[in-house]
Amino acid sequence: MSGYLAGVLAILGINIIFAYSIYITAATGQLNLGGAGFQAIGAYACAILSNEIGLPISLTLMFSAILGGAISFLIAFPVLRTKGVYMVLATFAIAEIVAGIILNSSYLGGPTGMIINTYIETEVVLIVAIIVILLSFYMMSTRIGLAMRAVHDDEAVADLMGVNKRAIQVGAFALGGAIAGLSGGLYALYFGFIEAQYFNANISIFVLLYVLIGGTQTAWGPLLGASFFTLIPEALRIGDDWRFFIFGVIIVAMMILRPEGIVTRDALDRVSTRLFPGKSNV
Amino acid sequence: MLFEQVLQQIINGLMLGSIYISVAVAFTLAIGILNFLNFTIPALYMLAGMVGWSLSHYGLPFGLSGPIHWGLALVIGIICAILASLLVERFTYRYFKMKHGDATEHAIPLVSSLGFLLIFEYLILIAHGSDTRGFSTPFTNLDWKTAGFIISIPQLASLILSILIVAALSFLLSRTKVGRALRAIAENPDAATMMGIDVDRIVPIVFILIGFLCGISASIFAINYHEVSPYMGDHVGTKAIAAMVIGGLGSVWGAIAGGLIVGLSETLSIYFFGASSAQITVWSLLLILVVFKPTGLFGHNAIGKGKF
Repeated sequence: MSGYLAGVLAILGINIIFAYSIYITAATGQLNLGGAGFQAIGAYACAILSNEIGLPISLTLMFSAILGGAISFLIAFPVLRTKGVYMVLATFAIAEIVAGIILNSSYLGGPTGMIINTYIETEVVLIVAIIVILLSFYMMSTRIGLAMRAVHDDEAVADLMGVNKRAIQVGAFALGGAIAGLSGGLYALYFGFIEAQYFNANISIFVLLYVLIGGTQTAWGPLLGASFFTLIPEALRIGDDWRFFIFGVIIVAMMILRPEGIVTRDALDRVSTRLFPGKSNV
Repeated sequence: MLFEQVLQQIINGLMLGSIYISVAVAFTLAIGILNFLNFTIPALYMLAGMVGWSLSHYGLPFGLSGPIHWGLALVIGIICAILASLLVERFTYRYFKMKHGDATEHAIPLVSSLGFLLIFEYLILIAHGSDTRGFSTPFTNLDWKTAGFIISIPQLASLILSILIVAALSFLLSRTKVGRALRAIAENPDAATMMGIDVDRIVPIVFILIGFLCGISASIFAINYHEVSPYMGDHVGTKAIAAMVIGGLGSVWGAIAGGLIVGLSETLSIYFFGASSAQITVWSLLLILVVFKPTGLFGHNAIGKGKF
């Protein structure tokens, strides 16, 4: 594997994991515009654990996921009191506060950032990404996935039908935070350097767009969205400014032509009936 | 002495807040009337400032003229922001009104506006690079020193101008026919249509106002701080969102109070706790308000309760 390809694949893996973290929250109908904050928590937890304590990589990654999950679990209770646009604002505020705390803390390196002593290969990132993808697909096929879909489509009716709405939402938010923390940990270990300025509002916005453009109806959405927006610019080999300009145009066009995202449940059904006539899978 | 310094910071904070006021009002109009969190507002603000700078520095594109007078350049910048805002209306809100039936549809205009944010921001970056540019106006060192305090006269004029514009807007909303139509749309677009309001013709007015407010605010910023940059919108945009929430979503006068409170808490926390603490103070304030009193100081109960 060439160095360039390895680098692209590692970024792809990290982006896909990050996209699933936002997807799991979005699958219950909640928009999380603070992804960068949870990613930063995981990245800094990972940096401290591997620099100061010297834990093995597997444990470091596990702890960064656990910390991301625990913090978002605690935050979930006040944040999920809010709805719609207020939820977007609240999660956005959390990411800004996390970045602000990191910038002000000399222990966390402040604006100069932190160097991490340990290093992981691309393969580790890819293996973790595959595990996250498979687990997400599995989860969406279980009763929990069905409950999440019900809460997404109509909270009140799901509640009436006996779905524990609050548990589903808090659980999805916490799980999303844990996966975002995991992606942050992988980012820190792969690149060996983290700074607060990287985890900015743009990162949160981009990852939410990957998910919404990919589609929130099925677990294929974040996989396709993140891959599309990571690989296409690399394949086109265009400058960074043009890359984001075209990204913007694609987003506006997508919202007009196909606002439910690239992959929808209908589209999947149509493909599967064509491939396996007579068998339906809903 | 400390007391006087703090008082000076309070004055500076109020002056800084005058920049946030117009942008916060733009956000609050989009939310209050259309239930739409319009993320293009920071881009429109930046667009007005950068177009103004480019015209006063290079002149019209394709060498049509030499550098233009800064005042005229800023006016053209404001017009550009208004046109860009109408473009946003054409491709976000209008489509949002047409499509129904999917649970994530409430996010469509929000996501589209994020797309437009990227388009405008990176167009300017492609054209002019990412450097901060000096914007020269004749108003330098026009300070009014009174009782030991320094008040910049252009800033004072800007604060008064912002409040006057908002007062005019408030008059427009409460007293005129257009204002009544806008309030009807805010309450219920379908009922407004049944009452004979041509929603497709009234809604663009909101976007014209949004572009105008962003342009004015960017001009005030360029005149007072003598610089523009492709990233000028990000800083003001996030602070204006905070100001809008603090004042209460949909409340025009709340946006003024919110803008001044954000400006104050920003300068005071910089004065007491150092430069990078402002971010934590402003956003913690916002988070606490969103969670415990989502209506803000003057907000209306009904706004933002449903899905967007």
